[in-house]
Amino acid sequence: MTAIYEIFMENAAAFMQATTVTLKLTFVSLLLAMLIGLVFAFFKISGNRVLYGIAQLYITVIRGTPLIVQLMFLYFGIIKIVVLPAFWAGSLALAIHAGAYIAEIFRGAIQSIDRGQMEAARSLGMSYPLAMRRIILPQAFKRAIPPLGNQFIIGLKDSSLVAYLGVAEIYGTALYAQAENFQPFETYLVAGFYYLVLVIIFTFLVNKLELKLNVENGGDAK
Amino acid sequence: MIKIKGLNKYFGSLHVLKDVDFAVDKSKVVVLIGASGSGKSTLLRCINFLELNDSGRVEIMGKNIDPKKDDLNKIRQDVGMVFQHFNLFPHKTVLENVIEAPIFVKKMPRQEAMETASYLLEKVGLSDKAGVYPCQLSGGQKQRVAIARALAMNPKIMLFDEPTSALDPELVGEVLLVMKELAGEGMTMVVVTHEMGFAKEVADRVFFMDDGRIVEEGPPCEIFNNPRHERTREFLAQVLN
Repeated sequence: MTAIYEIFMENAAAFMQATTVTLKLTFVSLLLAMLIGLVFAFFKISGNRVLYGIAQLYITVIRGTPLIVQLMFLYFGIIKIVVLPAFWAGSLALAIHAGAYIAEIFRGAIQSIDRGQMEAARSLGMSYPLAMRRIILPQAFKRAIPPLGNQFIIGLKDSSLVAYLGVAEIYGTALYAQAENFQPFETYLVAGFYYLVLVIIFTFLVNKLELKLNVENGGDAK
Repeated sequence: MIKIKGLNKYFGSLHVLKDVDFAVDKSKVVVLIGASGSGKSTLLRCINFLELNDSGRVEIMGKNIDPKKDDLNKIRQDVGMVFQHFNLFPHKTVLENVIEAPIFVKKMPRQEAMETASYLLEKVGLSDKAGVYPCQLSGGQKQRVAIARALAMNPKIMLFDEPTSALDPELVGEVLLVMKELAGEGMTMVVVTHEMGFAKEVADRVFFMDDGRIVEEGPPCEIFNNPRHERTREFLAQVLN
């Protein structure tokens, strides 16, 4: 126990710094992933074969290959084209990865909204984009929150792989520290603790948001 | 106001509307009756182009509509619709449901939209519900909000697709009352319904549909007391008993 405590205290400053990096990575990549996901969700429901095919290809490839392979491939691919700091290259790769899953979450949520909602909106003279923006998407986003929360937690933990690009986020910091102190067991335990705390806080926030939206809108009655 | 000629509609290989001719004059109330699956709702939905006809002509307010060229959003502003399952926007309050389209489609100033909405909510007897969400309303109240929402666009024609079919029996009356008032004010209305009492009392003309065709049409007294077709007689015998 004392060894764990010592490691915790010794590396507290480094891990706190690393936590901010992990959070930044997570938020930048997931924000981007939501945009990517929304675009590809629209591709899938567009009814346009070409767009559907592009989305389908993207989702199949991303879901069918390991994240670490994508990360390395994209990192070395990206730095061939543009000089990009590892943080940004990593964020971009994480975003492209999570985007595929989020696209399916959005597609499912949009398609789960009763067809009558779109018909009612169109019958009032709304255009398709306006009806989407004002009527369908607000309801779909609400429904997407539980699976999105899940995806966010996965994204937070996935960000640990960016350590291999040399980014000093939580796992990267642990990697570096254990090489110096020769106490990998204790060091990784501490790293895990940081992730766990972040995930617990995040889960709490998502649950609160869900509750708040439910109270405001009183469920999904027609 | 509405003129339909030789309209055909297919769902895949299913021929749901067969050479339908249909017309409604200004300020008239037309009721469509017939068994489920006879094409009544599809015909109604062809009038505001929620369904597009495969052949034939659809003329709205004297203008022949080509769905490929004409702005359907513009036409739909003049053709209000009320649905069987209400389709209120659950994430918006009653008031927000009613002001949504005037503000975002007609670009009406918010203040003016609110005034129109409170007038319409009063008209359907729901002034006190302006601030609540649809899930807190009864079926009859939801449908009256849906009527107010459609009226907020100041339409020239109102379509009703089985507006009372999803309601508990004791709530049907309040919705029919609002519809009767509307008819009394000279609104042009097309109503798909199984409420034969409403058809008898309010309709100017009744159309009976069977298997995608309009089999018989006439004033309600004629259709109900003296149906000419065997199919009409059978149908009426079933629904009236």
